[in-house]
Amino acid sequence: MISLKVNRKTYSVDVEPETPLLWVIRDTIGLTGTKFSCGKALCGACTVHVNGKPVRSCVLPASQVVGEEITTIEGLSPNAQHPAQIAWREGDVPECGYCQSGQIMAAAALLSNKPNPTDADIEREITNLCRCGTYLRIRQAIHRAAQIAAKA
Amino acid sequence: MSMHREINRREFIVTTAAMGGGLALGLSFPKSDARRTADVAKISGRPWESLTSKTDIEVSPWVVIAPDDTVTIRIGQSEMGQGVITSCAKMLAEELECDWSKVRAEYVSVNRHFRENKVYKRLNTTSSSSVRLGRPYLQQAGASARERLMAAAAQTWSAPRAELTVKDGVITHKPTGRTLRYGQVAQKAAAIKLAAEPAIKTPDQYTLMKKPTKLLDAPLKVDGSATYGIDVRLPGMLYAAVKASPVFKGKVKSYDAGAVKNRLGVHSVVEFSGEEIEAGVAVVADSYWHARTALDAMPIEWDEGSHGSDNSEGFFQMSRAVLDEPSVKVVTKLGDPEAVLKNAPQVVEAVYEVPYLDHTVMEPFNCTAQVTADRVEIWVGSQDPENATVDAAKVAGVPVEKVYLHNCFLGGGFGRRGNQDDVRQAVAIAKQLDGRPVKVIWTREETTRHGYYRPMRVSRFRAALGPDGLPLAWHTRVVGMDEDVFGAKLVAAEGGLASQTRNGGAPEPGDEQLIRGLHQLPYQVPNQLFDYHLRKTHVPTGPWTSVGRSQNEFFLETFVDELAHAAGKDPYQYRHTLLQANPYSRFSKSWIQVLSAVAEKTDWGRQLPAGTGMGIAIGDSRRLSRKEFTICATVATVSVSKKGEVRVERVDVAMDTGPFLVNPLAAERQVEMQVAMGLAATLRQEITIEKGRVVQSNFDDYPILRATEMPEIGINWVRATDDPIAGIGEEIIGWVAPAVCNAIFAATGKRIRSLPVKNHDLSWI
Repeated sequence: MISLKVNRKTYSVDVEPETPLLWVIRDTIGLTGTKFSCGKALCGACTVHVNGKPVRSCVLPASQVVGEEITTIEGLSPNAQHPAQIAWREGDVPECGYCQSGQIMAAAALLSNKPNPTDADIEREITNLCRCGTYLRIRQAIHRAAQIAAKA
Repeated sequence: MSMHREINRREFIVTTAAMGGGLALGLSFPKSDARRTADVAKISGRPWESLTSKTDIEVSPWVVIAPDDTVTIRIGQSEMGQGVITSCAKMLAEELECDWSKVRAEYVSVNRHFRENKVYKRLNTTSSSSVRLGRPYLQQAGASARERLMAAAAQTWSAPRAELTVKDGVITHKPTGRTLRYGQVAQKAAAIKLAAEPAIKTPDQYTLMKKPTKLLDAPLKVDGSATYGIDVRLPGMLYAAVKASPVFKGKVKSYDAGAVKNRLGVHSVVEFSGEEIEAGVAVVADSYWHARTALDAMPIEWDEGSHGSDNSEGFFQMSRAVLDEPSVKVVTKLGDPEAVLKNAPQVVEAVYEVPYLDHTVMEPFNCTAQVTADRVEIWVGSQDPENATVDAAKVAGVPVEKVYLHNCFLGGGFGRRGNQDDVRQAVAIAKQLDGRPVKVIWTREETTRHGYYRPMRVSRFRAALGPDGLPLAWHTRVVGMDEDVFGAKLVAAEGGLASQTRNGGAPEPGDEQLIRGLHQLPYQVPNQLFDYHLRKTHVPTGPWTSVGRSQNEFFLETFVDELAHAAGKDPYQYRHTLLQANPYSRFSKSWIQVLSAVAEKTDWGRQLPAGTGMGIAIGDSRRLSRKEFTICATVATVSVSKKGEVRVERVDVAMDTGPFLVNPLAAERQVEMQVAMGLAATLRQEITIEKGRVVQSNFDDYPILRATEMPEIGINWVRATDDPIAGIGEEIIGWVAPAVCNAIFAATGKRIRSLPVKNHDLSWI
């Protein structure tokens, strides 16, 4: 049994310590908004926050984040009202949508670190992959989210 | 579901301290969550679930109306990012005259479709067909429901139908000003039969359509509540990790189940094989991670069959070798091209090659299945739930009426999720598990290495140029490389082959996709020969966005560019001249309109810095078996560093819309998707075969486009024709490769005749 704090709740989970956090979140705890895609930290579909920082959970052993604050897309905000989520809806960003939880988590971490990111900041920090090519809409939505957050 | 409660409790223990330390089984999330998001999204996070309640009235299989006027429209096509849920709902609502803000959507019941004689017409989502084929019957369904609601109001008031009008779901009796809402007459309407079906609107009468509409499913995709196949969770569910024969069409020789049987959480080891199922082994466990780690630890030996030494280079050599073979199938013969080519003073010749390509869906392949004696349940994101049901029934050995397929959101499709290999495999595994549901998940590597690839292809073009630089004769020869079953299946899917080639013989059944885009040239060429060879390999092939065309479109539009340069002409002007010169083509005028639009928008011909070039390409995606087409012209602006690094700066697209677009917002996004997908394929992607198996495995060796590589995109809608276009889901991608490669030539003087671009040294001075 190890103890994980996910979205402000504490879960005691019966998994081997080396189990990747992704699978604990998805299969054991049952939060499926965080996605599996590459399994090698190449694409970012599995991005969650650990203490507010974006991490790729598909290669992160659960034992390494015991006691840390883990946040998934489900816990990013009450009622999906994070500025990034509002901006994503406004801009109709998702196509197939599979990578978007990870994109939003990466964007939210960037925005909390840099409330008004430049295009260069976005290019450097948001390296998540999207097969549908929503990159231009993601960039616009991050700028929009910065505006929304500034007004709030 | 109580039959599944025998599961060992240890397997699913999760204690939630914040919830008082109580035990919770690993169940699917509560229905209320899915519904709450659905209020915003207008569709359930689990799209197969109905949002309707018992007090709602089913006016027709497509339309359900609640007492509060909420209209639920049932959707037969699969949402994979193209906005099809919204588009299908719009086509129906256009006629229904309901209040769009009160429209919700849900997937049709696939099982009902089978039980009620294919009541939903067609459930596949392929070949850009959702609007092209769906519009007439969806409009009809909306019009029919509207007229029955109107008839119900007319009955209530004992008034003639002609005195009634309707707007936003409110029916008004004009002479008295009385009103009734749809919710008030739905019950009565459900019992009304129309003497005759009403006429449907023509595009000039559309109001709801044409306008950009926000996507009904987008909110579900920003809070994690959209359920993809891989997200399905069921009581008592097991997980399976799978390995199929690395060499296609191989067999399992042996495996050591004993080596992993006692590992934590392992339930069983099962083998699978069968018709159209790549033979393999699955480890079944209480969690995916247990299943996968056990599978990785289990020794497996494969019987590679007869293909264990096949490789891509061998396939290319086989293709090149038949370029000179005489006995080929002729598609088009006009005039005497051989004689003209033999005697011409200037002949331009080029050989082009493209590799296999994978679809690279972001959601790895998966399928959840449960097989009991009298019921088969499937949860999967499928582009073809109809054929998936047929295949599931076949593998399970039950009639189709006993299969219940729950279609989920698709994490990318691009043609890949219409092959049903995921479903066949999962049912073959599930039927060995005594009624327990099992979620089968492929790794990224398994997903990459067990695709249905875009076929590799080789072609040779030869043209004789006259003194004015225009082609007098032209010979196109294509060598296709398909899996045996591919072509025949596609022809069946497209409703049979029509031998509609202009002059000369019909293509053999099954070869249609090999010649698409190269028949009926709108360019003026007085003497033409177009013929082909087809070779088979053991590598599975299937439809990849645009199916058979994108390879040919690269060949043709690169060759036209080569001719322009050989003739010393501007590539845009050269195409313009060839189109104008063709008196036989009814498309010429429209092509010229679209071509000119993109040239104008990009200020074609302007001076560019050294190392930067613009390339142009055009085509219309026409089918052999249908009249529909979508004219699209593309200009790529590309810079190449002295070291040879390529950067695609901009892609400008001009596309014919015909009289309408169902949802311009969704259409724009389809352009963006195809530019991104087309660029990755052009610049970097290739699936290569070594020792009978796929070399590439993941995003590191089969990269998709990155954010930093995404060009700016200019979209220009042009109304160049009066008939509805063929579609937009795959009608842009084909012009990306030739436009980019022609731009690279303009920038560097280096001609790309084989893809991907990364294999070429483009360094200059």
